Amino acid sequence: MIHHPLELCLVFSSLLFCIGLAGALSRSNSILVLLGIELMLNAANLNFVAFWRYGPSPAPATGIVFVAFSVAVAAAEAAVGLALVISIYRRQRSIRLQEAVRLKG
Amino acid sequence: MTTALLILIALVTLCSAATAMLLRNLIHSVLLLIGSWIGVSVFYLFAGAEFVAFAQVLVYVGAVSMVVLFAVLLTRRSRADMAVSPDTQSRAVSAVLAAGAVLAVLLYAVLLTPLPSGISQGPSANVRQIGTELMGTHAAALLVIGMILTVATLGGVVIASTDGASKKEGPK
Amino acid sequence: MNAAQDTGETLLERAPQALRDLLTSHLPEPWRWFANSLIAIVAILAVFGLLFAALTLAERKILGRVQNRPGPNRTGPFGLLQPIADGIKMLSKEDIVPRDADHLLHFLAPVTLLASSILAFAVIPYGRHLIPVELDAAVLYFFCVGATTELAVFMAGWSSHNKYSLLAAMRALAQLISYELPLLLSWLPVVMISGTLSTTGIVAAQSAWRWGWMPTWHVFTPWGLAGFVIFMVAALAESNRSPFDLPEAESELIAGHLTEYSGCKYVFFFMAEYFGMTALSGMAVTLFLGGWHAPLPSLEFIPSYVWFGAKLITLLMGFIWIRATFPRLRIDQLTRFAWKFLVPLALVNLGTTAFWSLSFGWTGPLLAARCTVAVILVVVPFVLLGRRLSSGLTPRTYSYAP
Repeated sequence: MIHHPLELCLVFSSLLFCIGLAGALSRSNSILVLLGIELMLNAANLNFVAFWRYGPSPAPATGIVFVAFSVAVAAAEAAVGLALVISIYRRQRSIRLQEAVRLKG
Repeated sequence: MTTALLILIALVTLCSAATAMLLRNLIHSVLLLIGSWIGVSVFYLFAGAEFVAFAQVLVYVGAVSMVVLFAVLLTRRSRADMAVSPDTQSRAVSAVLAAGAVLAVLLYAVLLTPLPSGISQGPSANVRQIGTELMGTHAAALLVIGMILTVATLGGVVIASTDGASKKEGPK
Repeated sequence: MNAAQDTGETLLERAPQALRDLLTSHLPEPWRWFANSLIAIVAILAVFGLLFAALTLAERKILGRVQNRPGPNRTGPFGLLQPIADGIKMLSKEDIVPRDADHLLHFLAPVTLLASSILAFAVIPYGRHLIPVELDAAVLYFFCVGATTELAVFMAGWSSHNKYSLLAAMRALAQLISYELPLLLSWLPVVMISGTLSTTGIVAAQSAWRWGWMPTWHVFTPWGLAGFVIFMVAALAESNRSPFDLPEAESELIAGHLTEYSGCKYVFFFMAEYFGMTALSGMAVTLFLGGWHAPLPSLEFIPSYVWFGAKLITLLMGFIWIRATFPRLRIDQLTRFAWKFLVPLALVNLGTTAFWSLSFGWTGPLLAARCTVAVILVVVPFVLLGRRLSSGLTPRTYSYAP
């Protein structure tokens, strides 16, 4: 039985991570794969905040600072990833991952 | 009371994320995912991390969602194209199996780890503290993040721009 | 609540809190908090709802006078009841939803937009103790709520199942994203100088008097003036006001992303536009114009919320004046103006502010040098960038058929 808020948060974030993982593995649309990866990143951020808030020896603001960095990196990842998706679409006229098999466009 | 609130936030977030991954309509998926991002930021608010909660909404709802929606609209051939063709059965099953295995390992680890009993009243970091820590202890990391963002933005523009590509490809 | 502790506050200054406490003081604690919040919400909705009605009337009247026509003058004395008539007309119209529209999103778009524009009112300090929610990161909250409008515009454009709606929504999004950057960059200097993200703290940072009479509002510094102007231009574009009203440009496009909306939902969009404009003006007052502080020490006997209201209405009248005066920009001019003029200027302004805060202790001749350098840092980029922006634009030469 769950009796600690930290435990609840960790279960929450593991579930979110696995939903993202399942999505990223099962979908063949590259945008959805990217979004699944974003969900996994979010789950990791959730853990940072959970440990910062309920963890055993909390530092003043380290957890929050890490989340801020992680959000910034996620934004960069989304920008580059979607630019790649658009570029692939331009060459292959499709964003299905199975069809993006040529190494040379 | 707080536990119930936390479970409610978690349920809403997880349901919208799961539905987003199941739907066939891409736009609906993206909008539901935005819902789950907002759910995560509500969790941050609940945990007292005000600053990251607002930063999360600003970055994910304001910026990432727009990039994703633009990408969705730029990469379709007709309106009917919006519904993604269904993925193969075996692929979905193996994905769910893999995710389930990961989930089992994670839950095993989480539930069997002895956590310190009693809720430690976590720190309340105000914006000033976060700012001092960002600029002091983590100044180098902040600079690196700035570099990453600049390079990523420039890279995104270069990759997605049509100037160079149209010359090489010629008429389609 | 502890307004009485501060000295030198008149009865009028304390009136809103006193009234609220009179109503809620006998309630037990959790209910008291609930009732106080409810009163704040109702007060905001009532005040800004009325302001919205008055603003639509004022806009039509002023536009009428500027264009040399009387404006609405048939409903009630001097047309004063026109907003009520408009309201009845709009609300009794049929709500038409296109057959192929995405019904849920079509409904959610105006609701999201209106909700987010009302949420923005929560962190603006309207008077000495009149702030609905005291947040540590209030300014960040304000702009993160504002970011949701883009989502609503997209939902409206996409769900209508109409190519004009979708195209116009994409154009509107391009505009909103372009101008969000200068908007966010223009208030960063204020945060640098005040050292806080809380709106109360920012107002408190502007409370002193220089030489005993000159208010230390941020707008009276070189970087503050530049930031204020950039903020207001970006605010014009963010709230889809003329000369940046391309998203719905009545005379050019059909009605942009609002094409397929009618009746109550259209009113929601309309209200959200005016609420957004009011909230951004309120934020501009808070960030640059000293919030609820009086412009002269001798005028402080007038209650603070009156000063806030006066500044807010002045800015709103400025919006209407600009709408009556400036021609609409073209979409390429609009984005070029944002990326090649406002964003670099706002970035330079950040540097100016850094210099200003580094030279904080300078006195005597160094103070003059500080002011001169700051003014040069503001004016020179403005002139240079302005020249580059208008370099291709020569006075038009007309050639007539012989």
